[in-house]
Amino acid sequence: MRAVCWHGIGEVTVEDVADPCVLNPRDAVVRVTSTAICGSDLHLYNGYVPTMYRGDILGHEFMGEVVEVGPGVTNLAVGDRVVVPFPISCGNCFYCERELYSLCENSNPNAPYAEKMWGHSPAGVFGYSHLLGGYAGGQAEYVRVPFADVGPVKVPDGLSDEQVLFLGDILPTGYMAAENCGITEGDTIAVWGAGPVGLLAAACARLLGAGKVIVIDRFPERLDKARTAGADALNYEDVDIPDALKDLTGGRGPDACIDAVGMEAHGHGTPGFYDRAKQALRLESDRPTALREAILNVRNGGTVSVPGVYGGFIDKVPFGSVVNRSLTIRSGQTHVQRYTRPLLAKIEAGDIDPSFIVTHRMSLEEAPRAYEMFKHKQDQCVKVVLTPNVH
Amino acid sequence: MAAEQRSVEAVQYRESNGERSSLLERINGGIDDRQLAQAIGWFSIGLGVTEILAPRTLGRAIGVGEHPSVLRLLGVREIMSGLGLLSERKAGTWAWSRVAGDAMDLALLGAATQSEDAHPQRIAMAATALLGVAALDVYSGRKLASSPLETVPPRVHVTHSITINASPDTVYGFWRNLENLPLFMRHVESVSATNDKTSHWVVRAPGGTTVEWDAEIVEDREAEQLSWRTLPDSEVLHEGTVIFEAAPAGRGTIVRVELNYEPPGGLVGRQIAKVFGQEPEQQVKDDVRRLKQLIETGEVATTDGQSHGARSLLGRTTLGGRLS
Repeated sequence: MRAVCWHGIGEVTVEDVADPCVLNPRDAVVRVTSTAICGSDLHLYNGYVPTMYRGDILGHEFMGEVVEVGPGVTNLAVGDRVVVPFPISCGNCFYCERELYSLCENSNPNAPYAEKMWGHSPAGVFGYSHLLGGYAGGQAEYVRVPFADVGPVKVPDGLSDEQVLFLGDILPTGYMAAENCGITEGDTIAVWGAGPVGLLAAACARLLGAGKVIVIDRFPERLDKARTAGADALNYEDVDIPDALKDLTGGRGPDACIDAVGMEAHGHGTPGFYDRAKQALRLESDRPTALREAILNVRNGGTVSVPGVYGGFIDKVPFGSVVNRSLTIRSGQTHVQRYTRPLLAKIEAGDIDPSFIVTHRMSLEEAPRAYEMFKHKQDQCVKVVLTPNVH
Repeated sequence: MAAEQRSVEAVQYRESNGERSSLLERINGGIDDRQLAQAIGWFSIGLGVTEILAPRTLGRAIGVGEHPSVLRLLGVREIMSGLGLLSERKAGTWAWSRVAGDAMDLALLGAATQSEDAHPQRIAMAATALLGVAALDVYSGRKLASSPLETVPPRVHVTHSITINASPDTVYGFWRNLENLPLFMRHVESVSATNDKTSHWVVRAPGGTTVEWDAEIVEDREAEQLSWRTLPDSEVLHEGTVIFEAAPAGRGTIVRVELNYEPPGGLVGRQIAKVFGQEPEQQVKDDVRRLKQLIETGEVATTDGQSHGARSLLGRTTLGGRLS
């Protein structure tokens, strides 16, 4: 089959690789009909996630048709149309029983390495480094899905791929980011980053009853999409963000702030230079510009929700602000399986249609160009959906 | 040294509570070759750093003239040998790497006499000093290579605990069926119950060989504890205890494992040492993790055999190892 393989910083290729097969009783094999490039894939593409090896198959946001099931999978049949969540979760362990699926204790074969890096290991993830299991990803014609009796959610034929594809990652991620804000009536939510997750977090914050949602970015086309999602938009190159946020909230600050940017924030001024230099010298793995701003701008007693990906260590985080102003920080890789079915119901009911973020539809063969375009936000690229050619 | 004698020394070593120098003094009549190796290691690093930072000055001092890039390369070699010696892992090999380095240096000194800016008298002095160091290296290499620290396998003692999302009954039942053990203990090829209390163990060792022993259950409290140890005439002294404890509020079972292996000297001992490699604790942790996965999910998570693109040499070596 054809698959998108990582080959180093800024280098992906589409290669012929062996077809996947069932390796464990609870595996299934899915023929991919649509697969997306996630903003977090750019962290791999830019080389900021350790333990990637040449030849690793990328992709953790995909859907398709079940073509093979192992003997342990009784709730899926060949021919079922499914969306697959990005965390691999057993459904049996302490965390899965508590619906904390991205913390599954049994799905990361490389757990000892994750334990050395982070203290304890989270779940395995498709196509996202060997620290997270080294599983082959879904930017391919076929993909092996472990614990297929737990993750994949069947989707009805009446909905298009683009309407349901994002159930595998960014829609639940945006939803969990908004949910983590603990929104009550009249709340104002500020979102850093109008990428796919930020936009969907803004839409979900509205869905959960936020009175006002403010999205911060610098790309006009992305800010336009934020307005489409029902948010106010602020361009940080045009306005002073702390002033603007105080102005929009009567001086108090947003009730919750969402950092939907993560480890590769576009810094500015001296702190931006400081982070870039430290990251280049490998003295800091992530650049936390958005996180710092989210902390400093949220109101007293407010919540900072972090769906943006951080991998390692960050500097100059104003923790004094967290302590002295009684802030709450909530984060986590998304417990996707908790949200797929309720969000599918909302899509079916027409409450939300995440396909508004898609700007580019390309063939899987064009993946190298798609990565480059997405990275540099060329051609007003916000979200790319790839389609394998041959079926 | 006869295998028997070595194993007596191994016991002495264990009795000395890890005080290596006292045992070494007994064996070597007061010369502590660990300290010698450390001293040579630091000397090697010092020389290496000088060669890298001040190659011209050093070149003039030993009379070989200006060959900064050669001296810098030699400096890298010195530092590697030095670090190897200080690490105390395969110290004998590192000491011999220094002997090889000395031979190389002597050859280079010889070649340097032909150089235009050579200073024959200084070269002769450097060569004399080098011969002295080489003699020390040879001595240290021979001592370390035959040191009992390398040939007597260490005793393996590991304790580890994990919480499994199943009742103590279930986890105990799985373990009590000893024939299940090879499902999660990677190095155990088979355990066959020979009667209600005794069992025969076959453990895989590197190179396609096996080590075998018979064990008996010495404590068996249903859903609480299981202890076993090898029969008195076994080649390997191995004992293990597993305690099954109900976790609070129905959160499954806390499994506490304690394993001891006391390998004898000689071939069997070396094989057992290789089975556990450098990280016996990690191996036991991995085994217990597999037990948890089997009981909770019915399978062991893996990526062995999955698809991938063309690997680099580094990827092939690393992925062929521990990372999957």
